[in-house]
Amino acid sequence: MNEFEPKIIAFVCNWCTYAGADLTGTSRIKYAQNVKIVRFPCTGRIDFMLLLKSFGEGADGIIVSGCHPNDCHYTSGNFHARRRWIMFRGLLDLLGIDIRRIQYSWVSAAEGAKWADIVNSTVNTIRELGPYTDYEKVAGYLEKEAKL
Amino acid sequence: MNELIKSAAALLESNAVQVVIGYGKGSASRTRAIFVTNVTDCEKLIFDSRCVQNLAVYLTKQEIKKLGKPAIVAPIPVLRSILQLAVENQITENDLVILGITPESELINFETFASIETFLATHRIAIDEKYQEIISKIKNMPVAERFAYWVKELEPCFKCYACRAACPLCYCTRCTVEDNQPQWISVAAHPLGNLEWHIMRAMHLAGRCTDCEACYNACPMAIPINLLTKSMLQDVAENFGSYGPSLDKENTLSSFKPDDKESFIR
Repeated sequence: MNEFEPKIIAFVCNWCTYAGADLTGTSRIKYAQNVKIVRFPCTGRIDFMLLLKSFGEGADGIIVSGCHPNDCHYTSGNFHARRRWIMFRGLLDLLGIDIRRIQYSWVSAAEGAKWADIVNSTVNTIRELGPYTDYEKVAGYLEKEAKL
Repeated sequence: MNELIKSAAALLESNAVQVVIGYGKGSASRTRAIFVTNVTDCEKLIFDSRCVQNLAVYLTKQEIKKLGKPAIVAPIPVLRSILQLAVENQITENDLVILGITPESELINFETFASIETFLATHRIAIDEKYQEIISKIKNMPVAERFAYWVKELEPCFKCYACRAACPLCYCTRCTVEDNQPQWISVAAHPLGNLEWHIMRAMHLAGRCTDCEACYNACPMAIPINLLTKSMLQDVAENFGSYGPSLDKENTLSSFKPDDKESFIR
């Protein structure tokens, strides 16, 4: 009954992964329902603060996905995003924020099956890791004080 | 430093500059930034080992710009910041006169930004072994312990933003922490807001920070926020080659290579 269902937020780009996820649906491929997709114009637009906000609001895992290198609709948004992810990941790791909970991927508009696979495997990873209680404790600090 | 006082006085006398940004006597045994606008006050200028504040922070401030063209007393950390501000097109060579100071406390003049870069090539940013050890020690902790460590370290932060005010590269006139529609970062001394604030500060300095430690020196609670920026410098070096400002190089996060390497994207 009380089995843990991971809450996963996916930040995807409009041109590749969103269309790819659409293809997963139109191809009638079944995949885990735990993911809530947020569409962005480009991976370059996905501010790291949005990822932090997801964890702060109770997400257990995050998927960030966009066009493969050289496929960006705006030619270089994903290249810029990649550099930012490399730096962001390093910083989160130093701070002890669990980087296994953020899955980065390239999913093109033709890779409906890959999208299903990414979501399923991320859900499995998060299911094994369990709810992100460490972060929740920090995020809910004042609520707990108020209850006391 | 008589030479410094003489140069400053000469610059003000000839009206080559209207203000000299330098170090002066502060309260107790401390030093503070002073803004000298007339020749007689030049003798208030001092320079010694206590002068660690990064004066480059004033170059982009409207209040100081109003005073006219500045000359700035610039030991190595300030020179690095000036070069980084030049890389980011915040200042031009005509905007200021640089009264450089070598590690041997000798006055050195820089006519161009390129000459600063040549000088700094022999005085590269180096992360202290002491800090390297601390960073690798933290990195070797289990993830939950690491998180607990940082939550505890950041606990004293009450968001006075002294770190931001002291940083020469935090020159945005409107900062994300002042955005309240939506409120990105809680203004209360809340552990989540503290964490988010320090992540954001470090990320906005990623690939730009010149390791002057002005943020750490300004922190009234002595929170080791310099570890974050130092660790990011290491990451820059590891992933994208060298760090430190250079006129021929764009900032790490405002440039890219199609073949940047990573191992975590599926």
